[in-house]
Amino acid sequence: MSASATRQEGWSKAPAIVDYGEGELLEVSMGPHHPSTHGVFRMDVTLQGEQITKLKPVFGYLHRNHEKLGEGQSYLASMPYTDRLDYICSLTNNWAYALAVEKLVGQEVPERAEYLRVIVGELTRVQNHALSVGFLIQDMGASGTPLMYAFKEREKILDLFESLTGSRMMCNYMRFGGCRVDATPAWLDEVRRVVAGLPKFADEFERLLCTNEILMARTQGVGVLPAELAMSAGVTGPMLRASGVNYDIRKVDHYGIYDRFDFKVPLGSHGDVYDRFMIRLLELRESIKILEQALRDIPDGPVMDPKAKIRNFRPKPGEAYGRIEAPKGELGFYLISDGSGNPYRYRVRPPSFVNLTVLEDMCLGHNVADVVLILGSVDIVLGEVDR
Amino acid sequence: MKTVEEIKAAIEAAVPGAGVEIVQNPGPAAQHSLLLQPEHAVDVAKFLRDDAELALTFLSNVTGVDWPDKEITEKVKVTKMVTKTVDGVEQQVEETVEEPRKRVEPGYLEVVYHLYSMTKKHGPVVLRMRTKNRTDAVELPSMTPVWRSAEFQEREIFDLFGVVFTGHPDLRRILMWEGFKDHPMRRDYVEPDDYDYEPTAHDAVLAKATAHQARIAEQKGAGQ
Amino acid sequence: MLGEGILKGLAETAKNFAGSYVSKERLTTVQYPEERVAPIEATRNFPFLVYDGEDAFAGLRCVSCQICEKECPPKCIYIEKSKDKKPDYVGKPQNYPVRFDIDISVCMSCQICVEVCPFEAIKMDTVFELATDDRFGGLLLDREKLSKSNEYYHTIHPTEATEVDARLAEEKAKVEAKAKAAAEAAAAKAAAAPPAPPAAKPEAPKPTGGAE
Repeated sequence: MSASATRQEGWSKAPAIVDYGEGELLEVSMGPHHPSTHGVFRMDVTLQGEQITKLKPVFGYLHRNHEKLGEGQSYLASMPYTDRLDYICSLTNNWAYALAVEKLVGQEVPERAEYLRVIVGELTRVQNHALSVGFLIQDMGASGTPLMYAFKEREKILDLFESLTGSRMMCNYMRFGGCRVDATPAWLDEVRRVVAGLPKFADEFERLLCTNEILMARTQGVGVLPAELAMSAGVTGPMLRASGVNYDIRKVDHYGIYDRFDFKVPLGSHGDVYDRFMIRLLELRESIKILEQALRDIPDGPVMDPKAKIRNFRPKPGEAYGRIEAPKGELGFYLISDGSGNPYRYRVRPPSFVNLTVLEDMCLGHNVADVVLILGSVDIVLGEVDR
Repeated sequence: MKTVEEIKAAIEAAVPGAGVEIVQNPGPAAQHSLLLQPEHAVDVAKFLRDDAELALTFLSNVTGVDWPDKEITEKVKVTKMVTKTVDGVEQQVEETVEEPRKRVEPGYLEVVYHLYSMTKKHGPVVLRMRTKNRTDAVELPSMTPVWRSAEFQEREIFDLFGVVFTGHPDLRRILMWEGFKDHPMRRDYVEPDDYDYEPTAHDAVLAKATAHQARIAEQKGAGQ
Repeated sequence: MLGEGILKGLAETAKNFAGSYVSKERLTTVQYPEERVAPIEATRNFPFLVYDGEDAFAGLRCVSCQICEKECPPKCIYIEKSKDKKPDYVGKPQNYPVRFDIDISVCMSCQICVEVCPFEAIKMDTVFELATDDRFGGLLLDREKLSKSNEYYHTIHPTEATEVDARLAEEKAKVEAKAKAAAEAAAAKAAAAPPAPPAAKPEAPKPTGGAE
């Protein structure tokens, strides 16, 4: 069986599959309990020798019908559940949901709350990118050490989250019309201290890894994602920008107050695993820049719109789609209100779920060992994929 | 960016007989949507993607919405011939009375697409399609050949809502397992009775737990 | 040069290893349970019920309004309302929970019960060493286990507790002033018209604090 014949025309520009002549195809089930799959995730892989000729992702092991849960309870009660979507970045999930509900009801957010959202959102991006780069290297076989350096930095940021929101990972911090608690000046000083130390961490990480010949040999030219396919497949986030498409929702939508900050959007040119790895490191540096500006400019004032309602929150009938640039890509919430206290339809558009669409296209023709790397470079969290 | 009305006009100029309707969004978000006829949907989608001015290259979000059958009780004015005694003489008089009448508005499954442009950086344009009913005529054309990002999301809608996308290359269940029967996101979905309840159940859970345990006891009794 | 990356990596590792003997920054491990990290004030874990004064039952702030039970996203709270009443902190007779159970195997520490409580009665604890060998009974906390004193609340969340106390004191002062005014008015009325009417009962305003 020729593998390329099973694919639709024009979908894939993967390396040509070498035909070894007569030979048997081997079907392997990678996962669901495989250390490299970042959760419970299975890939049904068909191999010809070492090469991938077919790959079908199978998921749903963590499916709990998050959307149905959201429809059965009040708008506020869904907020802590959004923490559990992408459990690495609970604060950006909170933000996306709060943004969608604020769009639905036309709610304003006070200035200081917007700044706090940017600060916690960018801290989330820093720790997510540090972690995903660390895990990528772990997938490559560098067990432990680089990952632990990334964890060390993440730990500092999680401590900041804990002292602000009360929880390290399940923050449940944002509310419709602001944030739950205000940051103390001591907390902001602590953030300034941590942010001041971040460039040093990025330098150390880059010095350690970027020119490492093993890393370059394993990642360059592997898992190439062409820009047209990335656009058509709705890939977003660092993965899209590594393919050279300039699309960052922070720059496009200017949601919140992102138009006030000076930052660049790093772009890749090859769209391979190495580019995706580098884009994350560069974005981490841009996030540090945004953090420095936000910490400099943060004004005093309330963190919650006094007109915002907590109890008995009933939006007027209507619908809204709100999206933000989460660390993994476009995270959107689509809400339909029928005027009652529960949303009629509550939909999450998860970035890692859509980004997985092109996993097969990227893997075809590569060796089995590269699949692990390519999956690592997509940066998925199964809590969000399976919902 | 063009308004919804302008997009509608552009579609109708490009795809004759497309029959696009505008669905108003009364909320403050004011994201109005375009209701497409399934027969012309793929042509319209191709136009939206390839048109130089719109260039909606990025299909961000695809989702389903279930609108079940609605029973509407309304007062209808009926004109009837009534026998009345007017001035001591019985005669037939026409009279208008209000009568309550029940009417079932058929439900449908709706698929919503949110489109953006990656090159022009505008959006969203919201498209909708509706099935004829919720039981047997649930086919809609798939957008996967136009935008690849619909692939997994349409599979999810097939899985959770039961919309069958014609032209989808690989329409299988995605989140639920193969062999699962129902569609859990439908509003009339009934959870299967296969739980082990925690002893602290209360409220709705307690009611369910009691019913569940009663059923198990009944089955045991029948088995003996 | 071949092997350059490996040498660089080894140098980095050696730096961190040697550095861990001199720099606190590079030594990140804490030998729990002998050693513990400093507690963070805002930490939240599971809810508890606050009582004022000495007696856990008499001082219990909860009036079993059941808002938290309704709003709890995973529905881990179970309340049975009393038939009789006991005086609350301003002296107004209020219901109390006959039964107040929180199943902490279900609780997801989201703090929504604290936010919606109009009586400052439920707060978040910081205890995390709750391991037990009884999965169901041991993780189901009843009213006696949940009741903790205001002093305890002050030790775990001092800033927040002080704010709450100030808010409650203000409300109490308001109620007392109103009661006093009402009593004076009643006394004046009684003086003006002697067969004394029954003393006007002061109406306590519903506390509104706590709904952030």
